[in-house]
Amino acid sequence: MAANAARWMRRNLFATPLQGLATLALAACLGAAAAPVLDWAVLSADWSGERRTDCTGGGACWVFIGARLGQFVYGFYPEAARWRVDLAAALVVAAGLVFAVPRLSRRGTVFGVCLVVAMVAAGALLAGGAIGLPAVSSRQWGGLMLTLVITVAGLAAAFPLGVLLALGRRSDMPVVRALCVAFIELWRGVPLITVLFMASVMLPLFLPEGAEVDRLLRALIGVSLFAAAYMAEVVRGGLQAVPRGQAEAAMALGLGYWRTMASVILPQALRHVIPGLINTVIGLFKDTTLVLVIGMFDFLGVVQVALTDPEWLGFALEGYVFAGLVYWIVCFGLSRLSLAIERRGAGAARGNSL
Amino acid sequence: MTMPAVEMTDIHKWFGSHHALRGIGLTVAAGERVVVCGPSGSGKSTLVRCINGLETFDEGRLSVNGIELADDPATLRRVRRSVGMVFQQFNLFPHLTVLENLCLAPVRAGGVARREAEDRARRYLERVRIPEQADKYPGQLSGGQQQRVAIARALCMEPAIMLFDEPTSALDPEMIKEVLDVIVELAGDGRTMICVTHEMGLARAMADRIVFMDEGRIVEAAAPDVFFTAPSSSRARLFLSRILHH
Repeated sequence: MAANAARWMRRNLFATPLQGLATLALAACLGAAAAPVLDWAVLSADWSGERRTDCTGGGACWVFIGARLGQFVYGFYPEAARWRVDLAAALVVAAGLVFAVPRLSRRGTVFGVCLVVAMVAAGALLAGGAIGLPAVSSRQWGGLMLTLVITVAGLAAAFPLGVLLALGRRSDMPVVRALCVAFIELWRGVPLITVLFMASVMLPLFLPEGAEVDRLLRALIGVSLFAAAYMAEVVRGGLQAVPRGQAEAAMALGLGYWRTMASVILPQALRHVIPGLINTVIGLFKDTTLVLVIGMFDFLGVVQVALTDPEWLGFALEGYVFAGLVYWIVCFGLSRLSLAIERRGAGAARGNSL
Repeated sequence: MTMPAVEMTDIHKWFGSHHALRGIGLTVAAGERVVVCGPSGSGKSTLVRCINGLETFDEGRLSVNGIELADDPATLRRVRRSVGMVFQQFNLFPHLTVLENLCLAPVRAGGVARREAEDRARRYLERVRIPEQADKYPGQLSGGQQQRVAIARALCMEPAIMLFDEPTSALDPEMIKEVLDVIVELAGDGRTMICVTHEMGLARAMADRIVFMDEGRIVEAAAPDVFFTAPSSSRARLFLSRILHH
């Protein structure tokens, strides 16, 4: 092991005298830059306590994060009902794991049904107002939970819609094609922030007196349609990569259009565009912070609110570093997930045994 | 007299300004085996692709087993379920195993129970002599094996008519024979077969009639022994002298 490491270093870091010098110089620079960060974030940081006076080390005051963690995660959701959020998250994650079950027949259908059921149940749990659960208004939702609700629900609506739009844009029927092109170009041409403003400010003006659509729902619709337009173009790229002969062979066998798409074309097309789809997912996840402008407090929003708390003034750096770290962990996780799905998918497509 | 398998009357087809089919009239009797040959660009593939509606035509009438071809999805599906097709490029579904390739259409379009579809699939794989490849993916097979799977896939719908569109043109030379053997063997089944090919050996071995096309027209149609020994048109004589002197 150690011998291996030594050999690796000799070959890659110290192959020539010049290379050795460069390695040492760079290591010194890195060390000089990293030392203060390490000192601030770990060595002189305060980790335990309850109030700001517990922070005496001169480094980062992680006590602040610890004290506010509940709010960062659950927003203003009533503390006694937070188990509902946990349970809802567990439901959706469990449904997601169905996708990883090996040797499952009709994987797509089973996965889709499980996901829809889990999401409806999760929605009912979060909103309450039925089956003996007190209602929790969406005004009280916030924090990481709201970020995830918008991302997951937005994607669940955007993905099927995006696929339909992509198919529509390649349709033989001119009217369908024109409508899809118009939809995609309209939504892609407008910034998300405008969409959210429209959803929260303009939409109520067009609704009849007294009719009110929940603010979160309005934002969700806006986010979904916006993401659908992007997804549609990613999926269209995948559709174009599937050779024409595939559809011809399926049709020659007597499969209708929808069967051909569902069983032959889309499984191949979507496999081609996993990286692009995950790209869109990551983009959407980060863009949800924009709901701040319509008065909703997502994860970043809640962190910012906490920074203005008079009791905890002066810990902006800790707050932003923590928020950045959480976003990075989620996005990095998504990118690993994409690689895992790709590897499995590419193997099947190429015909290697898995 | 029984109903003809395919009846084409004065079919015209344009690709933009290119007049690809110029008044094709052809009747194929049920059970007849027809080989279509001719120089490239003569419209052979287009003709065959019209029969199962993969290509539309602009003028004329075409009926398959008595069903008049029209551009509505229901009619097309009905016609396609009784017409199997084998393509030059195989067009197997790369994301499905061989067995799944064979079962997809019978289960999803033919209303066959999965169990029965699998039995049928294994029977036809036996027939094309690759029963041991059922669980592999197309990418793991040789070209010749892939084409034989494609033939089995078409047979799984138990079509009354089989169309072959240059089934050996994309194959390495040493794999052509294994595919030809399977096609010749199938020709003994009494199924209607229409085959576009440059393999004159295949034409001799299986055809009841050879249809020779040039520039979108049928120039000559004759039994193989007549066609190969005494073609009546000069264009066919030229064609034969070119391909047989290779």
